[in-house]
Amino acid sequence: MEPFLLLLILALPFIGSLAVVLSPGGSREPATWITGLTMLACLILAVSLYPSVSTTDAVRLQAEWLPSLGLNFTLRMDGFAWIFALLVSGVGLLVVIYARYYISAEDPVRRFYMFFLAFTGSMLGVVLSGNLILLVVFWELTSIFSFLLIGYWHHTQAARDGARMAMTITGMGGLALLGGVLILGHIVGSYDLDAVLRSGNLIRSHELYVPALVLILLGTLTKSAQFPFHFWLPNAMAAPTPVSAFLHSATMVKAGVFLMARLWPVLSGTPEWFMILGIAGMASFVLGAYLAMFQHDLKGLLAYSTISHLGLITLLLSLGSPLAAVAAIFHMLNHATFKASLFMAAGIIDHETGTRDLRKLSGLFRYMPITATLAMVASAAMAGVPLLNGFLSKEMFFAEAVETHADSWLDTAAPYAAVLGSALAVTYSLRLIHSIFLGAPPQDLPREPHEPPFWMRFPVMFLVIACLVIGIIPALTIGPFLHVAVASVLGDATPQYSLAIWHGFNLPLAMSVVALAGGALLYLCAGAYLARSERPLLLGRIQGQRIFERVMVAISWRWAHLIEDVFGTRRLQPQMRLVIAAAVAAGTVPLLASGLTFGTFGNGATDFAFTGLWSVGMICAVAAAYQAKFHRLAALALLGATGLVTCVTFVWLSAPDLAATQLVVEIVTTVLILLGLRWLPKRSQDVAEPGGWMPRLRRFRDLAIAIVAGLGMTAISYAVMTRAPPETIANFFVEKAYAEGGGRNVVNVILVDFRGFDTLGEITVLGIVALTVFALLRRFRPAPDSIERPEQQRVQRSTEEAEPEVEAGATKAEYLYVPSVIMQWMFPVVIVLAAYLFLRGHDAPGGGFAAGVAMAAGFILQYMAGGTVWVEDRLRILPVAWIGGGLLLAAFTGTASILLGDPFLTSYFRYVEVPFVGKVPMASAALFDLGVFSLVVGATVLMLIAIAHQSIRRLRVAARLEEERQRWN
Amino acid sequence: MELTLAIAIGVLTGSGVWLVLRPRTYQLVIGLSLLSYAVNLFIFSMGRLRVGAAPVLDGASAANPADYADPLPQALVLTAIVIGFATTALLLVVLLVARGLTRNDHVDGRESS
Repeated sequence: MEPFLLLLILALPFIGSLAVVLSPGGSREPATWITGLTMLACLILAVSLYPSVSTTDAVRLQAEWLPSLGLNFTLRMDGFAWIFALLVSGVGLLVVIYARYYISAEDPVRRFYMFFLAFTGSMLGVVLSGNLILLVVFWELTSIFSFLLIGYWHHTQAARDGARMAMTITGMGGLALLGGVLILGHIVGSYDLDAVLRSGNLIRSHELYVPALVLILLGTLTKSAQFPFHFWLPNAMAAPTPVSAFLHSATMVKAGVFLMARLWPVLSGTPEWFMILGIAGMASFVLGAYLAMFQHDLKGLLAYSTISHLGLITLLLSLGSPLAAVAAIFHMLNHATFKASLFMAAGIIDHETGTRDLRKLSGLFRYMPITATLAMVASAAMAGVPLLNGFLSKEMFFAEAVETHADSWLDTAAPYAAVLGSALAVTYSLRLIHSIFLGAPPQDLPREPHEPPFWMRFPVMFLVIACLVIGIIPALTIGPFLHVAVASVLGDATPQYSLAIWHGFNLPLAMSVVALAGGALLYLCAGAYLARSERPLLLGRIQGQRIFERVMVAISWRWAHLIEDVFGTRRLQPQMRLVIAAAVAAGTVPLLASGLTFGTFGNGATDFAFTGLWSVGMICAVAAAYQAKFHRLAALALLGATGLVTCVTFVWLSAPDLAATQLVVEIVTTVLILLGLRWLPKRSQDVAEPGGWMPRLRRFRDLAIAIVAGLGMTAISYAVMTRAPPETIANFFVEKAYAEGGGRNVVNVILVDFRGFDTLGEITVLGIVALTVFALLRRFRPAPDSIERPEQQRVQRSTEEAEPEVEAGATKAEYLYVPSVIMQWMFPVVIVLAAYLFLRGHDAPGGGFAAGVAMAAGFILQYMAGGTVWVEDRLRILPVAWIGGGLLLAAFTGTASILLGDPFLTSYFRYVEVPFVGKVPMASAALFDLGVFSLVVGATVLMLIAIAHQSIRRLRVAARLEEERQRWN
Repeated sequence: MELTLAIAIGVLTGSGVWLVLRPRTYQLVIGLSLLSYAVNLFIFSMGRLRVGAAPVLDGASAANPADYADPLPQALVLTAIVIGFATTALLLVVLLVARGLTRNDHVDGRESS
């Protein structure tokens, strides 16, 4: 039962967050009630778990998360986690009651509560995690949601900057924490919190202790806004006040000190721990208090005071003595109570007067006596006045500061720093009370101040009463709960301590008196100066915020641009050069490493015919490369010749299917490029190219790269071809092609049966490419110099105009008349050829691919013979339907086998007796091949027609322009 | 025969690479076509060269793989040829559209200075 409650307490806020998103907008009531009731439920759940937590060791819930990595989803609630869960849900509930009156109806209320609840859930996750990795996950979630909450009023620059700074600092800390936790897990061998807590000696004596410690402390110190990372907290005050009251008193910033206390038993007690935390804590404690004195913004004062108080806690934790740890945990609770109430009181003042500026506020006691009294009591608790809870933990702090823990200058300085910081705390508390509530009535406030509604004041009142009750009768109220919390952290090391107010006349009491008197005296002397100072004395010029901005600009703007300038290019040629150089290097390095040797395997005698064939092929390739710039048509013809030589090679070397496919593809490629040529700009050799030695050098470099690449390919392919082939999976295909695939043509059986899924993927790609080509050309705008009719047509037309008896267009109609008649007559023949190629495909060279391209070539021949207009008047091809139908057919053939209980694309075949023909194998793979055929036809025709169509569209555009021009004339 | 084909593959690769590094779009199209011939032949040659041993089985009897050329590289190259055509078409169209938009046929869309 208890483990389930544990899961519920964590899940409820996230569920509530979703519920808020789905709640009706318009009114703020539903969202507020959902949030409040969720908080109340969490609080009740936490309270109900107290009996189990106080009697047993801890309540646990364990579920497998990533068992392969040894990670479990572990929740664990011991006394310490319990008291934090209580704090989070209790203060959360109070803040929701308060926010009900604070957040105005114009603000997006649902967004506020959504983030608020999600943050609560993340914070509870940090508190309840029993696994370090899980803890880090929730830790990061608190950073993200606090970013969203601080930036809630994202229309203001301050909120955006504050949120970004908080996110950057705590996010970097979170990354460091993850690193530290990973090292810790490596040392212990487990991320389980119980296992880690048992291995204190192992961790402290491990050589990786210092890196782990530094990384973890980077996480906790950034989170708790400790020096030198403290500057994000004052900037986070741009958040709505309920957010500050919750995040910056009881939760977010407490996560850092929470984790330090959690890991205190295993990490503390070493000189490194003492020095890092001692310096950070002491600096934050004194510096925070010092800077707080100078703030004019009420919330700014509270933010620096928070830094100071968290510094006190860090300092206590650094000492390494159990009594100091008790004091630290006690002060965490006390600080949360009085600081949350003070933040909410600050919000009330801001809400009712319209300003938070200490210089403008004055004499508010007259207008809001109850709120003023509450705020003054809370400030007194913050200053450590007797009979209030702040006094108790401060006394414990003084007692510990006096003790010598580790003999060093830091330890010697501790009591003095403690008194100094406390005195400054008294000063800023006095300043707060005096400048806001006492003195003359305020002048020109934006609003007339008055008491807030009762329920807005209630949370403050509740917390202030708690401060008083704990301060007066600590042993009867907080005592047992604190003991459970302390015992769960310290275990057997739990010391004897007394929560009494009066310990007799001793040194800590004397220090308290000195601090109170000194602080009061300082305010008497310097109060007026503080009220008019522009910036803090001495330290005013050093601003963490400005340093942060500089660093951000340098990293995210200047360095990024520098790197882009140095390593980036938008030019294609250098990129291609890099790609090819990388490919050459990737081929060369293994060759150099293992040595290049040639074998003796081979086909035997050199065939001179073959050599002659390739002599032509190679000359054509080099010539194509040479001519591609100025003689495009020649280059295309030479390319085609190389393609034909390749085709013959396939025939020669026992690959008839490849030869057939290559031949038809060669035809359509040539047609395609011919169609495209018309849209390229004229390029004449007469026009001078940029000369000089630089371009020439570049060309030599490219030539060198090309030669190296070519030599490399020659070497590799020769080395492979002269070795005996190893045992390959080819044997399987040859043996099973007829027996299990029902086809004699092994290549085709592989394509449509054994590797059918690959083929399905490939034809899908083909279809996508065709559609892309089609889409690209739908909005094609040719360059202006290509819009005019081509030169040849112009010559024809001018000849026609010169001869009166010739009709316009007559030459074109009779152009290539005999070939075009033959081409039209050939149309049925091509269809029969395609059908023949397709039907014999399974048993003899042919198949869907070759047949498809042949069929497409048949269509395009008609376009060439009759012209686009003539063909489309007579023939509707609908290539997109061919593509879709083919893809559907292929996929359907595959799916049919699923219906029969076999895997996707399983094929079937049997022999069927066909009259006059005889026994014919009928395989379902043939249907699949039909799909391939249909898609290839559609894709090829679509691409070719899309380009061919451009010349008609161009004419239409030209006609329209002509029409408009004549209308204007 | 092996040496001839190896040299041919090298020459096709070299011509293709040279063209791919050139600044004009048309050179790129021709270069990629030459490269695809080279690559197809290279993959095909991985099955070793056989003359007169097409992987088309004689009859229903159990076939001896040693009598036939390796069908696997052939199957790979067959789809590569068709896909190669499609990518050539796509490249060509992209370059034509770029030419229409940028008014020149340089691969970067503007003449290098």
